[in-house]
Amino acid sequence: MKHLQEFLAMGGYAVYVWSAYGLGLVILVWNVVAPRRRERQLRAALATRPTRRPQP
Amino acid sequence: MFKRFHPYASPKHFHRLAQRLSPWLFGLSAVLFAAGLTGGLVLAPADYQQGESFRIIYLHVPSAWMSMFVYLVMASAGAAGLIWKVKLGDIIARACAPLGASFTFLALATGSLWGKPMWGTWWVWDARLTSELILLFLYLGYLALQSAIEDRRAAARAGAVLAIVGVVNIPIIHYSVVWWSTLHQGATVSKFDAPSMATSMLIPLLLMALAFKAYFLAVLMVRARCEILAFEQHTAWLRAELSDERTS
Repeated sequence: MKHLQEFLAMGGYAVYVWSAYGLGLVILVWNVVAPRRRERQLRAALATRPTRRPQP
Repeated sequence: MFKRFHPYASPKHFHRLAQRLSPWLFGLSAVLFAAGLTGGLVLAPADYQQGESFRIIYLHVPSAWMSMFVYLVMASAGAAGLIWKVKLGDIIARACAPLGASFTFLALATGSLWGKPMWGTWWVWDARLTSELILLFLYLGYLALQSAIEDRRAAARAGAVLAIVGVVNIPIIHYSVVWWSTLHQGATVSKFDAPSMATSMLIPLLLMALAFKAYFLAVLMVRARCEILAFEQHTAWLRAELSDERTS
């Protein structure tokens, strides 16, 4: 428990170290989530649109 | 021309390849991140001058390296699209931009969070910081150009020209700490003599750098798939592929 507290305190630099890592986590996760969501949306849009048939 | 050299340069094949590769790359980056973070946050000793605050290095330096690496990938891919009309080049370049902007922003933000306790300031207009900020503006300019031009081919051409011209900034960032006297410290790892860093601190840094690289490739594959879906939405092969997926 003491070790964990010491670890989280980061020698007094907790605010700087953990906000850096928190920000890093948010940015890295967002970059995975956003394109995946976009891919799903694009696929859904392509699936509902009727395929173009050659003009008679 | 390129297609003859490499079948994967066609969007059709690359789409399949990207689908197959991305789970492996995500897995690889997760393992490397776990190893690098354990080494960097837990195992490495505190710095004798900077104490525990130096641990920001494991995020700051890899993302700064990636900000420049991704830019070179983006500019080369854009050049291939512009000069040899390789469609995949345009696709890769467009997929790189948001990732590169993210890495650049992360490098600047973590640098700021490191600068405050160590230098006593969030920001200074020294050569390293300013040239990295210009890199962020180059990425944002590229992204703005892409969303402003409706026609994808025209947008890709304009973006490629901007990306190629902006390459001049990369050596400026790299050598800024040598050419000008900066508050930012000089190179630690990529020096010609041995790196001036203890092995227990250096190994996690290299692991984190590899983790960022694997992560970049993994996300690039997902983004490239999106771009291919948008670029090729009217082609017969994509239609066939999508209906195959639905039936299987």
